[in-house]
Amino acid sequence: MKKIEAIVKPFKLEEVKNALGEIGVTGMTVSEVRGFGRQKGHTEVYRGAEYVVDFIPKVKIEAAVPAEMVPAVVERILTAARTGKIGDGKIFVFDLEEVVRIRTGERGKEAL
Amino acid sequence: MTGFLRKWTKWMLCLAALMLAAGTVLPAMAADAPKPDPSGVATGGIADIIGGSAGAPTDNDIKTMSEKEPLAAKVADTVGHNRIAINTVWTLVCGFLVMFMQAGFAMAETGFTRAKNAGHTMAMNFMVYALGMLGFWLCGFALQMGGAGPFATLGGGGAMNAEFTIKLFGKEFGLFGTKGFFLSGEAYDVAAFSMFLFQMVFMDTTATIPTGSMAGRWSFKSFMVYGILVGAIIYPLYANWVWGGGWLAKLGSNFNLGHGHVDFAGSSVVHMTGGVLAFMGAKMLGPRLGKFNKDGTPNAIPGHHIPMAVVGCFILAFGWFGFNTGSTLAGSDLRIGVIAVNTMLASAGGAVAAALYMWLLYGKPDISMAANGLLAGLVAITAPCAFVTAPVAVLIGTIAGVILCASVFFVERTLKVDDPVGAISVHGVNGAWGVLSLGLFADGTYGDGWNGVPGTVKGLLYGDASQFLAQCIGTLTNIVYVAAIGYVVFKLLDVTLGLRVDPEHEFEGLDQHEVAVVAYPDFNLRNFPR
Repeated sequence: MKKIEAIVKPFKLEEVKNALGEIGVTGMTVSEVRGFGRQKGHTEVYRGAEYVVDFIPKVKIEAAVPAEMVPAVVERILTAARTGKIGDGKIFVFDLEEVVRIRTGERGKEAL
Repeated sequence: MTGFLRKWTKWMLCLAALMLAAGTVLPAMAADAPKPDPSGVATGGIADIIGGSAGAPTDNDIKTMSEKEPLAAKVADTVGHNRIAINTVWTLVCGFLVMFMQAGFAMAETGFTRAKNAGHTMAMNFMVYALGMLGFWLCGFALQMGGAGPFATLGGGGAMNAEFTIKLFGKEFGLFGTKGFFLSGEAYDVAAFSMFLFQMVFMDTTATIPTGSMAGRWSFKSFMVYGILVGAIIYPLYANWVWGGGWLAKLGSNFNLGHGHVDFAGSSVVHMTGGVLAFMGAKMLGPRLGKFNKDGTPNAIPGHHIPMAVVGCFILAFGWFGFNTGSTLAGSDLRIGVIAVNTMLASAGGAVAAALYMWLLYGKPDISMAANGLLAGLVAITAPCAFVTAPVAVLIGTIAGVILCASVFFVERTLKVDDPVGAISVHGVNGAWGVLSLGLFADGTYGDGWNGVPGTVKGLLYGDASQFLAQCIGTLTNIVYVAAIGYVVFKLLDVTLGLRVDPEHEFEGLDQHEVAVVAYPDFNLRNFPR
């Protein structure tokens, strides 16, 4: 089992969610985060004073999937979340040691 | 905490005792004191139709006709009563509109400052209403209007006729009134009460201005004492000099300087006083942590709720209709249409000028500056609104919008004073522009007999240079007086209670520490440092 973490632009969330749903990803967790990569921040002006916004709002999507699904999931996220402009985000893949469904107590692949 | 309460209570009791003593010991200055009318039944009658319209009966008419035409005399009595009633209703309703400006200030200031301090900023704007009012009731109204009666348009208040004066250069210089403490005794009169309400809401406008420039780091307990003092002493003294029959108003009758210092609705009395206090307070508090870098360059600290701030500015613009138009103290004075329209036009000029200024010089029309520009136009037109033409009203407002923007940057970048909402520039600087513009542009179509000087009010460009000089004296007096008393009060507060909050509390947000509530407990306020 693997855990996928994808940081994407906030307005891409709906598209990514639908794309993952189509290939059978049954659940995910979403959080509002801020961050930057090589794009750094950008300059804003407030009442004539410039200030740098370092941390750009993004959305983090976390999903636990069977190992064999990982390439398809990564491909789907890439297609759905890409705009071609800087700040598109990143996808991280982690090893997942254990998954437990709280309601039933199921473990492992049945709990995904 | 108990130590502070004891000290504070001792102060307030001493102040109250002093004022009570002053009220009973200082003698009345007039010969025959008119009777106050607490119930209202004796206010407004046949005597009040004199001058009510162009063809109104004269004093002589009434004396001679009363026996011959008894019904006419009775009808005249009702007409006189109704005239006073119209004026009273007008004054009170406009006063209610100005009271609503407290909500406007609260929303504008809170919207332009940070979420972590929203509870505290709101609390200051809220409590200043009550504290200022009580200070004004204690002794402020007496000091301001104790010698200003009778209130002709309201049909009464004749007992408020005791002004303390000193003799200078062979003339009487009125300094403060001495009747009406606790709004009792001879002040228990329907006209005096209506006048109290109207004057009080103007005082509270002044009182709430410094809460904007001092937001985000002012300790609540020192603010509370300030709240009482601004209504009890700071505001009323200058207000007496201009509106209470004091020496600035008498510059005309005493020294032939136009009609004395003229300020129709308070560009100097209300807004300059507030703005200069705002400057002294902000300067003595020091800037918010993180506002200025070591090399002196300023950092932006964006407001957390622009919609709230803009709505707040609209509420202020709405309330201003009461502020300016109500200052006739007479619904039967039909100049109110001109005053209302001049007020509106100046606000529009200010908003557009500020928006264009920012667009041309900084690339985008900054809505926070446009909103400030609207207010600047309103502040600037507050003194001259009754005395100028429509194009001039637009001009005054437009110039105010430009002055505002230049001033905001001057205060922040040159003077290095942190003013989170632009209060110093909106109220202080443009308040001065307002009274000076009256001295330039008053066109002579209104104001016959103002401050006891025959003839209408004219400015320099309409033939009366002495009026402009009187305005200059009034402006300078305000700056010197308010800066001095502001310095004394804030210094005293700093030395006894501490003006500024703990830096730890300032970082975390003032809400929980200063006013025991968090404005937005349901929201995770991510305070990402810059």
